[in-house]
Amino acid sequence: MHVSLAHFLVVGALLFCFGLVTVATRRNGVGVLMGVELILNAANLNLVAFNHYVVGGVSGQVFALFVIVLAAAEAAVGLAIVLAIFQTFKSIDVRAADALRE
Amino acid sequence: MDYLPFIQENLRSTAWFRPELALTFGAVLLFLLDLVWRDAATRVSRLSAATLVVLGVAAALLAVQPADAQMLFNGMIANDALSIFFKWLFLAAAALTVIISAQAKDIRPERSGEFQAILLTVVLGLFLMASSANLLMIYLSLELVSIGSYILTGFKKGDRKAVEASLKYVIYGGVASGVMLFGMSYLYGLTGTADLPEMARRIGTLSQTMAQAQAMGGQAAIRLTLILAVIFVLAGIGYKVAAVPWHMWCPDVYEGAPTPFTGFLSVGPKAAGFAVALRFFYGAFAAQPGTPLFDAQGLGAAVAGIPWPAVIGVVAAITMTLGNFTALGQTNLKRLLAYSSIAHAGYTLMGLSALSKTGMQSVMIYMSIYLIMNLGAFLAVIVVAQTTGSESIYEYRGLGKRAPLAATAFAVFLFSLTGIPPFAGFIGKYYLFLAVLERASGPAGNWWMALAICGALNSAVSLYYYARVLKAMFLESPYRDEPMGAAIGHRMLLGAFSAAVLVFGVAPGLLVQWTERSLQLFRG
Repeated sequence: MHVSLAHFLVVGALLFCFGLVTVATRRNGVGVLMGVELILNAANLNLVAFNHYVVGGVSGQVFALFVIVLAAAEAAVGLAIVLAIFQTFKSIDVRAADALRE
Repeated sequence: MDYLPFIQENLRSTAWFRPELALTFGAVLLFLLDLVWRDAATRVSRLSAATLVVLGVAAALLAVQPADAQMLFNGMIANDALSIFFKWLFLAAAALTVIISAQAKDIRPERSGEFQAILLTVVLGLFLMASSANLLMIYLSLELVSIGSYILTGFKKGDRKAVEASLKYVIYGGVASGVMLFGMSYLYGLTGTADLPEMARRIGTLSQTMAQAQAMGGQAAIRLTLILAVIFVLAGIGYKVAAVPWHMWCPDVYEGAPTPFTGFLSVGPKAAGFAVALRFFYGAFAAQPGTPLFDAQGLGAAVAGIPWPAVIGVVAAITMTLGNFTALGQTNLKRLLAYSSIAHAGYTLMGLSALSKTGMQSVMIYMSIYLIMNLGAFLAVIVVAQTTGSESIYEYRGLGKRAPLAATAFAVFLFSLTGIPPFAGFIGKYYLFLAVLERASGPAGNWWMALAICGALNSAVSLYYYARVLKAMFLESPYRDEPMGAAIGHRMLLGAFSAAVLVFGVAPGLLVQWTERSLQLFRG
């Protein structure tokens, strides 16, 4: 089978949707952060695929590299916050944290 | 491939990058000073002074920097009057936040150094946000601001509200910036470039070919993708300025974060979000010698058959209405100010939606006035919370007797936020309405008129909940009689903020001229 740009874009769009669904439905704090990672990687896939098939050069790949580094930084802070949630609320269920209400 | 020109360009660019370099090294320096002054008795005042020195050095470098508009670092960063204007706002907001937090109990002395250092990195991110002219730069700077903000939001360790607020912030922020990045990847694919000026040109041609193809009934997929991509990018920007429907994080984060940082959060990132929006929606705006300002409107024109100014106008109307009506029922002052800040994002979006020179100027004017009055309002909340330990509106009963200075200053800020003359908020709103009404005489004028009327009605609604605070402060009897003290620095700042609100309200000429000069520089 010949792999074309369309295939990559479909996988990217699916990953993006999975990411959104994960964020919306997961109760586990770490699971929610994994959903965010899926969204970022969907964008990375798009960037690299567009770079290869449409644009040429390296701009899209460089973009994706920066996003990977940033995703790591965000995950570090995100996991630290989940850890703080666990220490404070004794659970990483995102619904357990409900001190802030209208 | 010959890399030498790229390296030479980067070296040349550093000459216009000195304020940012000062902030970078300043942040590192503060982490070191934090260790050196570990056991000093006066560490908070020393660290605050050091931070102010770093900000001062950055300001001095910004002031002496040659004012010619140009692209830096191979088109990644635009060094123009728009970015310089916003950079001054960020420096002012940061310096005031440092002074406020030095005497606030929210930040424990042993963690003061970390707070200031991370605050400096956030300011660096804001600087880059205001000047980025490339999708990659926009994303990176937005994340630099966000990640610092997540940490500072949860800065009160073990505080249930703070930790919860930072969790909500990191989830909302992560999703919003992820969605924006996904939209950017489509924009990159459709236009083949990540540089905003180049992208605006290519989108222009793309729209034309699409319009021709549409007449023959083709290319629906590309049109849909383009619309989706712009909406996704709008989501990222909307999240930073807290516009509906991307505002949900705002009240919780504002309530949970340490109040000095809440004040900063409500003015710094919001202004930076508007700077990004201006650059993104004015497309070919970035400094390019010889390019007339508004002939290529980028996304300001009807791209893919969607009139984006109208879309922003609708978002503005919904944002201000929802913000104001939700604020009506709030009893926690920080939450009330959070919803009020959502409403103010709505007013400012009104100026953005006009997509004209006046609209741009009005956004700049409003953001600078909003900086003063909103930081002032949060300072008043800090002063009360220092004594009572609560932000409930019931603590404000009889504040006029217990702390006349704080109550009077708070009243001035609230009147200004409502937009009543002779306070500065009125001037800000005047220009926003002016920008919208200019459009009302053009095509689809009735809709612009409706937007202006919506804004006016909303201002009337906002008076109601601001007046509730005023009534509590001046008409209700205090539940305790002893006077409420305030730190000397806070009292001086309250006075200075109210004076500034009055001065800009009576004599706005200086500010208006400054924004006008900033706009003229673009044409150069």
